Amino acid sequence: MQGWKGRDVISIRDFSKDDIEYVLSTAERLEKELKEKGFLEYAKGKILATLFFEPSTRTRLSFESAMHRLGGSVIGFAEASTSSVKKGESLRDTIKTVEQYSDVIVIRHPKEGAARLAAEVAEIPVINAGDGSNQHPTQTLLDLYTIKREFGKIDGLKIGLLGDLKYGRTVHSLSEALSHYDVELYLISPALLRMPRHIVEELKEKGVKVHETSDLESVIGELDVLYVTRIQKERFPDEQEYLKVKGSYVIDLEILKKVKETLKIMHPLPRVDEIHPSVDSTKYAIYFRQVFSGIPVRMALLALTLGVIE
Amino acid sequence: MSELKVSAIKEGTVIDHIPAGKGLKVIEILNLNTLNGGTVLLAMNVHSKKLGRKDIVKVEGKYLSEEEVNKIALIAPTATVNIIRDYKVAEKFNVEVPERIRGILRCANPNCISNHEYVVPKFYVISKEPLKVRCHYCERTMEEEEILANL
Repeated sequence: MQGWKGRDVISIRDFSKDDIEYVLSTAERLEKELKEKGFLEYAKGKILATLFFEPSTRTRLSFESAMHRLGGSVIGFAEASTSSVKKGESLRDTIKTVEQYSDVIVIRHPKEGAARLAAEVAEIPVINAGDGSNQHPTQTLLDLYTIKREFGKIDGLKIGLLGDLKYGRTVHSLSEALSHYDVELYLISPALLRMPRHIVEELKEKGVKVHETSDLESVIGELDVLYVTRIQKERFPDEQEYLKVKGSYVIDLEILKKVKETLKIMHPLPRVDEIHPSVDSTKYAIYFRQVFSGIPVRMALLALTLGVIE
Repeated sequence: MSELKVSAIKEGTVIDHIPAGKGLKVIEILNLNTLNGGTVLLAMNVHSKKLGRKDIVKVEGKYLSEEEVNKIALIAPTATVNIIRDYKVAEKFNVEVPERIRGILRCANPNCISNHEYVVPKFYVISKEPLKVRCHYCERTMEEEEILANL
């Protein structure tokens, strides 16, 4: 395991299983401490810069909240139009400038690879909060944390990934991370939006048992976790095709009659209509608890990369 | 038939068995087309038992290292390199696809940061046969056809 102080968090690919487990156990520890003490002071005097070149409610607010809960403070911008990027400044120059003002940088950027470049330019740690359609490692870590919190383990679970598996970066990173564990994966998507072949092959090479299907009903009864993602209209060549697919993947009370009592439904949010609101109050829905996981996981990542805890 | 198409060189490097049509690109990748470089001879569409037709590049007065020549492995995997000293072949080696590629290839992903900022593109070779590389920045993989189109 690499040392954590000064380390960048760019891609889930850079994480070994030990790394992942270490983040999860640190998050657990901080969650407990926070509950006991109300607030923490590990990052007192430290400044986080959140550079959001693309808007995001959840990710930005949860990073900022995590930093405040650690006793640190936050500067930054929430969209590129309020920064000098609008004047044509390069990412390189923006990073070189911001690192003079802060101790850790969180970046979201519409271009793939932007966080990697930022990390190369900056001397201080950089955390990727989403680079185009590429990676969003902190989402993956909070997803794993949520699963572990609910089941007490990840090994041995049957996990279904539903929706746009072709373009969805969340499901790509999550499946990569899950390949470190002894899980069975059910990849459920319309034929048009199947998981890219190279990812499926990688999963199989790592010994993950993979089932691919477009029929949710036939497998939903097997699952311990159903991870739902949004299907975007613009992915389809014609609207009729889209409507057909969309309808078949709506999670409602009807389809829940077929599931295991212990099933947990997750969603990275925002949701549109792939999960009916009537599901929210059932014991299956954990997507808002999943949102909460963002805090301890991001606290752990900030504290570790800042080097204020070990 | 071993008719001499271009004169033999006394000292230097001969890159043989370049797929026909790729000779100019080889010269470009190896940066041999600069004014301060040595004399460069290019033979195109030479008859070859192995390849049917091939290109040959001869560089006078310059010994290319294996590492340098490996840069052309992406477009000329069949190439063989002969180091010539006093008109004789002193050393001979095949090109090999390196583990990492820097600078000679552009990422095929138009939304990759390496196509928008001042960045030296970098790639990791994840498979040599069939050729497949992953962009260091956007992590997208490229296969042979895309690689050739972006050299």
